[in-house]
Amino acid sequence: MTSNLAPAAAPSGEPHIRRLIVIWVVLSAIGVALVVFALGPHMPPWTFSDEARDQRNINIMLAALATPVLLAVWMALVYSIVAFRQRGVAIVDGTPIHGGGRLEVAWIVVTTLIVVSLAVAGTAALFGTTKGAGGGQGPDPLAVPHGSLPPLQVQVIGQQWAWTFRYPAFGGVETTQIAIPAGRVIALHVTSLDVNHSFWAIRLGVKADAIPGSDNVAFVRPRRPGSFRIRCAELCGLWHGHMFTTGLVLTPAAFSSWIRRQVVANAAATRTLPPYSTHYFPEPLRRAG
Amino acid sequence: MSRGARLLAVAGATAVAVALVAIYVADFLAANPTPLRAAPAPRGAQLTLQTVASYGHDPHPDWVSYLARDGSGKWHHTTIFKVPAHALVRVTVYQYDTATGLRNPFWSQVRGTVGNTMTVDGRTLHALPPDDASHTFAIPELGVSVPLKGVGDNAPNQCSVAPCTAAQAHTTVTFTFRTGNPGRFRWQCFVPCAASFVFGNGGPMQSIGWMDGYVQVV
Ligand SMILES: [Cu+2]
Ligand SMILES: [Cu+2]
Repeated sequence: MTSNLAPAAAPSGEPHIRRLIVIWVVLSAIGVALVVFALGPHMPPWTFSDEARDQRNINIMLAALATPVLLAVWMALVYSIVAFRQRGVAIVDGTPIHGGGRLEVAWIVVTTLIVVSLAVAGTAALFGTTKGAGGGQGPDPLAVPHGSLPPLQVQVIGQQWAWTFRYPAFGGVETTQIAIPAGRVIALHVTSLDVNHSFWAIRLGVKADAIPGSDNVAFVRPRRPGSFRIRCAELCGLWHGHMFTTGLVLTPAAFSSWIRRQVVANAAATRTLPPYSTHYFPEPLRRAG
Repeated sequence: MSRGARLLAVAGATAVAVALVAIYVADFLAANPTPLRAAPAPRGAQLTLQTVASYGHDPHPDWVSYLARDGSGKWHHTTIFKVPAHALVRVTVYQYDTATGLRNPFWSQVRGTVGNTMTVDGRTLHALPPDDASHTFAIPELGVSVPLKGVGDNAPNQCSVAPCTAAQAHTTVTFTFRTGNPGRFRWQCFVPCAASFVFGNGGPMQSIGWMDGYVQVV
């Protein structure tokens, strides 16, 4: 395209590209170091479980990769404003640029490499380290973590408006609180009795949809004792905002005594529960209405 | 269009939008029923409630509902109750509705009350057969959950317009819970006792003043 305005006099002889590259390399080195070492340790979902830690590491990797790109864009903008500023009164276009095949090939190759390697890394992480990224893998999980013990099954039951939890390995007892032992792989079987809910325990690195009639399996291995906040992350009616509770990660010994107390405390309810099932919807049909 | 006319149009449209938002918020805030203070009682308060299968009046004559009685014996259509902090709250529910049954039988057990018990027509119970529940009175954050026994499907003289009277078919449920620090705690029913969406979780189940409300600990 040609301009009917007089082309601006390009500042000649100045090594803009070399200067830009030097600034970019320096800034990127500082930026990436800050992202990885200063910001990284504080990135959610932190390190409370293996899955959370691996998700955090991926967040750090993504942020570290994005930093040089972001800096390149900002730097080009700021540099242009400073170096190529039109001074004086005349407002004129810069010199038109034609072609630039090497540059085009370079940016297509570089961006393709970044996107493809991110896709490869993400897919590998889904199966390898994050084991489904805590999102729930449906009833037949493909990425199953391995531990010295088989996964402890805990069913998470969403209902308007509370979470209850069922432990098939302990007589099918149901509880209003969730506790899990540290260091052991837990298989969370997330389901709902009515509308869609979403079981979100950010410190565990788990956010799994609770769908009626469905068994959504999410794995987690908590690394140390502590507590974690649970929220419903799917708008589910009047008290959606109140659908939160606190879960516990206990030492294996403390978990054993906790679950024994739950079995005793909830004995009357356990007798009335239907046999453990991966889902309960749409039963019981004859009730309600 | 002149600059002045354009400015006027933008200002007018903004004013209308702000007014609509204000009306919506005011309506939302005013939609809550008036709180009812539980009657004083030794070491705490007495809260007297009833449930009715159909309220019988506007705006929803066919909606299932709770009502609450004040110290003078008058019934009010409210589900917001004020009770004292660090006290024993004795609750009496006159249950006039028939059984619907619990979606989750887990709530058949009495929890969070003194002794983890209730009385039903004078009998002390720890739990109810899940199919016999008509409603529950549950304050999840305080751990209180009590299933309420429904009257028999064929009971004579059933009530269908609030407030129901002692002569009409009912069960009487009592329980006591202890309050802690002041705060506002939501309460709800866990029986899908209403109509419409997925087996009865619509309408009154989603509306404060009917099957949900607040316990204000003051
Ligand atoms: Cu929910
Ligand atoms: Cu109800």
